[in-house]
Amino acid sequence: MSFDVVLERLPEINQAMLETFAMIGVAIPLAVLLGTPLGIWLWSHAPAGLKPTPKSHAVVSALVNMVRSFPFLILLIAIIPFTRLIVGTSVGTAAVIVPLTINAIPYFARLVEQNITQLGTGAVEASRAMGATRGQIIRNVLLVDAKPAIIGSITITTVSFISYSAMSGLVGGGGIGDLAIRYGYYRYETETMVVACVLMVILVTVVQYGGTRAARWTDKRVSA
Amino acid sequence: MTSAPAVDRRQYAAASTQSVVPPESVAAESLSVTFNDVGRAFDGRTVLRNVSLTVTPGEVVAILGSSGCGKSTLLRAVGGLDEGFTGDIVIGDSPVTRYDERTAVGFQEPRLLPWRSIRKNVELGLPRDLSKSEGQSRVDELLELVGLAERAHLRPREISGGMAQRASLARALARQPGVLLLDEPFGALDALTRLKMQDLLLDVHAKTGTTVLLVTHDVNEALQLADRILLLGGRGTATAEGATVKSLVSVPGIRPRDRAATDLAQLRSELYAGLGVSSR
Repeated sequence: MSFDVVLERLPEINQAMLETFAMIGVAIPLAVLLGTPLGIWLWSHAPAGLKPTPKSHAVVSALVNMVRSFPFLILLIAIIPFTRLIVGTSVGTAAVIVPLTINAIPYFARLVEQNITQLGTGAVEASRAMGATRGQIIRNVLLVDAKPAIIGSITITTVSFISYSAMSGLVGGGGIGDLAIRYGYYRYETETMVVACVLMVILVTVVQYGGTRAARWTDKRVSA
Repeated sequence: MTSAPAVDRRQYAAASTQSVVPPESVAAESLSVTFNDVGRAFDGRTVLRNVSLTVTPGEVVAILGSSGCGKSTLLRAVGGLDEGFTGDIVIGDSPVTRYDERTAVGFQEPRLLPWRSIRKNVELGLPRDLSKSEGQSRVDELLELVGLAERAHLRPREISGGMAQRASLARALARQPGVLLLDEPFGALDALTRLKMQDLLLDVHAKTGTTVLLVTHDVNEALQLADRILLLGGRGTATAEGATVKSLVSVPGIRPRDRAATDLAQLRSELYAGLGVSSR
């Protein structure tokens, strides 16, 4: 195995890494920003939640399930008109960010809903008994208590979507995963594929390590 | 069983006016609680039925009963934590509302927020319309009252279970409840700490004069603290039809009662018998 060909590919590899960073760097923060309120909404409007509205909860929950059940490749194509509306084009990195974000929002919302569901009900009930409003309970009790778990969910989402972003090649989105497929698989440059995969492993490892550290650092129950 | 509970309370309150700390701001306007044919069923299974009782302002009533007989259910209904009951519960002169702000609940577990200091946890109980400075001075008084002034800066995990339960009591008192609802507040504590907490509760009651409904399974605790004891249970062994008022007795004597007193022995064995336990 000769890695000379990899040296020739270095500019492309650099470019691909930047594209991956751009995709993850936009899609994940947007998913966290929009998915967290959606997850809280799903939890608090559930039949057993803080403010039960079973009908609208059923509708929103079904929508979330629908988006989540789409295979990513199909979603990527199906929302092309919407993508064009948002970023003005249907090809390239910017065009991939739209479906990635659309897919990541309900994904992250479900994780947040789960994070909150798993908290004990004791503190919430005590807060309600003391006259706390729903907003206060969400801000001062639930989000603080669930913070380490939510950071864990951000880590899981990031890792999953680094992997999803490899499919961006279909619309010319680029990225390191796409590079592994284009050069490594289609052009039989096994070395390039190996290097690209190693880079993805490193990227995922760093994200996972950082996420775990951040979660532990924010866990006031342990480090108080 | 001859002395009227209201008289007991007044004598006790009179004795406590000599107390060195007269914290005006922790004193509550105590309210009466009237139960009128209260019942509760969960999914068709009746837990409580036909509970009628009037608790006078400032009175301490212990609710005694075996496990699962609906003691906590009754208490939660008064606090507005449970709206599924039948019948009427009136606090003062109006019916109980959802999460009724005239009541405060102390749970069996302290339920403090682990990431906040004791002081910040007690602050959570303050009414929202209170000014900041008033709130701070009330928290100071409450921390002093429950003996946590020196430990107010610590987090819940840095203090003992008894201290956490005291913080929880201070938090409940912060809104100056007309009715204080305590759901086995000392049940998870060791025997010695429990006795100290009982003394503290009497001290608090002497200073605040609030009405107290105390759920307990401890006969001695009920005898030590209460003006009257409400014994909940089914008729005989047939609890399938739900628990109701088995007996309502006044506890003789003036608090603080002597724990070793023998004159309560008869009442104690009656209560044990009512709970289906032999006192021998």
